Amino acid sequence: MSNLTNTGSNTTVSSGGLPSRRNTELAMLVFAVLVPVFAYANVGLAINDELPSGMLGYGFGMVLLAGVGHLVVRRYAPYADPLLLPLATLLNGLGLVLIWRLDQSERLRQRAESLFGSFSPDAPKQLMYSAIGLALFVAILLLLKDHRVLQRYTYISMAVGLVLLVLPVFFPPVNGARIWVKLGFINLQPGEFVKIIIAVFFAGYLMVKRDALALASRRFMGLYLPRGRDLGPILVIWALSLMILVFETDLGTSLLFFGLFVIMLYVATERTSWIVFGLLLSAGGATVVATFEPHVQDRVQAWLHPFAKETIESTGSDQIAQSLWAFGSGGVLGTGWGQGNSDLIGFAANSDFILATVGEELGLTGMMAVLIIYGLIVERGVRISLAARDPFGKLLAVGLSGAFGLQVFVVAGGVMGLIPLTGMTMPFLASGGSSVLANWALIGILIRISDTARRPAPAPAPSPDAEMTQVVRP
Amino acid sequence: MNKPLRRIAIFCGLLVLALLVRTNWLQFVQADELKTDPKNRRVDIARYAQPRGNIIVDGKAVTGSTVVNGTDFKYKRTYKNGKLWSPVTGYASQRIGANQLEKLYDSFLTGDDDRLFFNRTIDMITGKPQKGGNVVTTLNAKAQKAAYDGLGDKKGAVAAINPKTGAILALANKPSYDPSTFAGVSGEDGEKFKKLDDDEDQPMLNRALRQTYPPGSTFKVVTAAAGLESGDYDLDSKTDSEDPYRLPNSSTDLGNEGNNPACKNASIRVALQWSCNTVFAKMSDQLGNDKMIEEAEKFGFEKDVKGGTLDPDLDTPVRPAKSIYPKDNRPQNAMAGIGQASNRATPLQMAMVASAVANDGKLMKPYMVDQLVAPNLNVVEQTKPEELSRPVSSENAQKLQSAMETVVEKGTGKSGQIPGVTVGGKTGTAQHGENNKDNPYAWFISYAKTSDGSPVAVAVVVESSDTLRSDIAGGKLAAPIAKGVMEAVLDGKH
Repeated sequence: MSNLTNTGSNTTVSSGGLPSRRNTELAMLVFAVLVPVFAYANVGLAINDELPSGMLGYGFGMVLLAGVGHLVVRRYAPYADPLLLPLATLLNGLGLVLIWRLDQSERLRQRAESLFGSFSPDAPKQLMYSAIGLALFVAILLLLKDHRVLQRYTYISMAVGLVLLVLPVFFPPVNGARIWVKLGFINLQPGEFVKIIIAVFFAGYLMVKRDALALASRRFMGLYLPRGRDLGPILVIWALSLMILVFETDLGTSLLFFGLFVIMLYVATERTSWIVFGLLLSAGGATVVATFEPHVQDRVQAWLHPFAKETIESTGSDQIAQSLWAFGSGGVLGTGWGQGNSDLIGFAANSDFILATVGEELGLTGMMAVLIIYGLIVERGVRISLAARDPFGKLLAVGLSGAFGLQVFVVAGGVMGLIPLTGMTMPFLASGGSSVLANWALIGILIRISDTARRPAPAPAPSPDAEMTQVVRP
Repeated sequence: MNKPLRRIAIFCGLLVLALLVRTNWLQFVQADELKTDPKNRRVDIARYAQPRGNIIVDGKAVTGSTVVNGTDFKYKRTYKNGKLWSPVTGYASQRIGANQLEKLYDSFLTGDDDRLFFNRTIDMITGKPQKGGNVVTTLNAKAQKAAYDGLGDKKGAVAAINPKTGAILALANKPSYDPSTFAGVSGEDGEKFKKLDDDEDQPMLNRALRQTYPPGSTFKVVTAAAGLESGDYDLDSKTDSEDPYRLPNSSTDLGNEGNNPACKNASIRVALQWSCNTVFAKMSDQLGNDKMIEEAEKFGFEKDVKGGTLDPDLDTPVRPAKSIYPKDNRPQNAMAGIGQASNRATPLQMAMVASAVANDGKLMKPYMVDQLVAPNLNVVEQTKPEELSRPVSSENAQKLQSAMETVVEKGTGKSGQIPGVTVGGKTGTAQHGENNKDNPYAWFISYAKTSDGSPVAVAVVVESSDTLRSDIAGGKLAAPIAKGVMEAVLDGKH
């Protein structure tokens, strides 16, 4: 199982001294800062015909965030993967520009004023959350010297994770989904943090139980079927995710939660049967829930017939149609920053639907670039998992990157009408404190695992025997 | 653990690939469809982002554009003297949509038309905003005003045509509406439209083109044309017509207005002069339903849907309502010969009847758009007059002219006389409602003639007026309006 002896070319593990690649990271960070700064200038020029007044502040903020991130990685995780930090910084920076651009929208301003009496821009908040997110990232690198420490908190994670999952039930739903926890002036979306905490729990749990789950099985039609009693955990998780769906009407978290478990179970046990089993369970569960849950039915209806008058009337929203029109109107090259009308989406234009603005203003070209950046983050994560030397690190890394990948797919697919919309945020791009914080934490943990994985193995302890044989005395 | 990890890597790659394929599908394959989807508000935003081209009458725009604040539709339509011109322009409302010329030439007015591609490209390269083209109409501002003012506060419509070309000179409607009142996108605009739409007086009904009326005695010109064309009758030879005339297969007797003794066995000229019901009812019966239909069709009746496809023959380009002369039994056909049965005609149709007679039997296709002019003033399209049919021979047309001139000179249409100008006309008073209980429709169709042919043919209809019923005869109510229109056109000629 252990990967220590793997000398294949597709792993970065080697006992020899690897280049730390910190300078590569720095060079890419320069671009990751420059691109959003230029984008910011571009929006200002397009909308107001002048460079935005916050240009200096924003540029300085971006440089500071990237600089601090880089210095901390250089000092505390010198062997970390060089791509993750620049990619996350780029997305975070582009997200800030997109949110700022939508803050300039007259339409959204009027909408907010007529609905809530006042309009408050989201970009300054997002900048603050980005700073807090980066602080969280730094804290993780400083405090978490070795990711294996997390293994100790397997069952605590489970408890915390469950509490966070259940918590939103006790708070009033916002726009049809119970995914919020309102504590005074702080609104949290616990689902964003749950994916990390639950991944820690699954990694710890599966590392211990994987032999039992993998080996004790019966062969049936070419598949290894698990024993009845080993089905317990997966059924529990399945039931839980269905309950999330029913009680919190949160399709996204439910899907993410279950998908994460199936992926990690499969990696831990190497049994394809779990995948088949998982897919059957989720398909069955989703179908059953969809028959009586109107919230889910609405989403499916909007997915199948986005432009139908009945859909817009019955769901009370034409978001999907507006989103598709935004994508289509962007075409190949897009309208250019600040020149689209993606704000027609109205509600959630700068959070769940932020990709529509990318699609309209940056076009197919921009969409491909953004999707590939997400793809790169996921693939770097899986690669870190391949490179990790301990099973816990492997499971955690694949869990985190799998969750990230699923979230991207579920949100982007929903916004583009590929699958029913689930109501989750686009990591890093979308406006929302919980999302930014959680995703910076996720990147922090991945960087920590990759640093551990790529760190040169300690020099073998001097062997007294070897010394003896080498010393030849006349 | 590495084998499943690689598979997970592939799985994640496939997820991203699915998203990439989807975005290509949306933004490349389906892009145009989504972009031009009429429900996509961007289509309307772009459409109202620049001033709309204008509709021109006599070298002056009767439309305009104005900047509005507080909406994403930058320019909205304005109309100069909207009530006067709305039967011609139609409306272009951001909330409701458009109709008539505004609708038919929408892409030309917005500048999206293919024929403006070159202009558009030049503007795009030089960084100028897109401009719309202008639609130049054939209308005559003076004639239109004379028609509109002539109707006063009575309900009715006027259509005037240049018989030589078919160019429409006037198209007036009363009551009318001002399309500027609901040109915007606000809820208030919607309410104003609804109020007009619900109005009992139907101000938005374009009566001149879209409303059919029983043509009454004006239809006798068509019956006379059919009689002359058959060869069985001549202009001045006596007919064999009893007075009163008993309708075939019926016990109903038909008499004449004021029991005019001249109607008995009257010739076509005399019968037209005094508008004798008995003569033309009998003529219609003798010619038979088929021949009457055939003649009416030559004048433009029954042109609408042919063999399942729309017959564009009468598109002006705004499509008029179909004027009808249906198959019917003998007594009904006899009554139809005096325009008093199931046959119906639009004012435009009756103007066409007058114009065909005035143009020596040649019926020209009526049209109201003369030119389409690009923003750089190039003429992109020029309408050429087209002959539609020949309802009567030139010889018979001249006979009819002579008869119609007698009507104005010393018959029922004296109030249509214009000093020094030859005018031919025919009055009509069509019954309205069962047993004529409602006020009848007053009709007058006429043409004026100068040395080089006829420059104008008019049809006027005045709906139920508040005037005493005895007063309502085409000659009294409708003829002065027609006279005003003809004078307005002739004024321009001198």
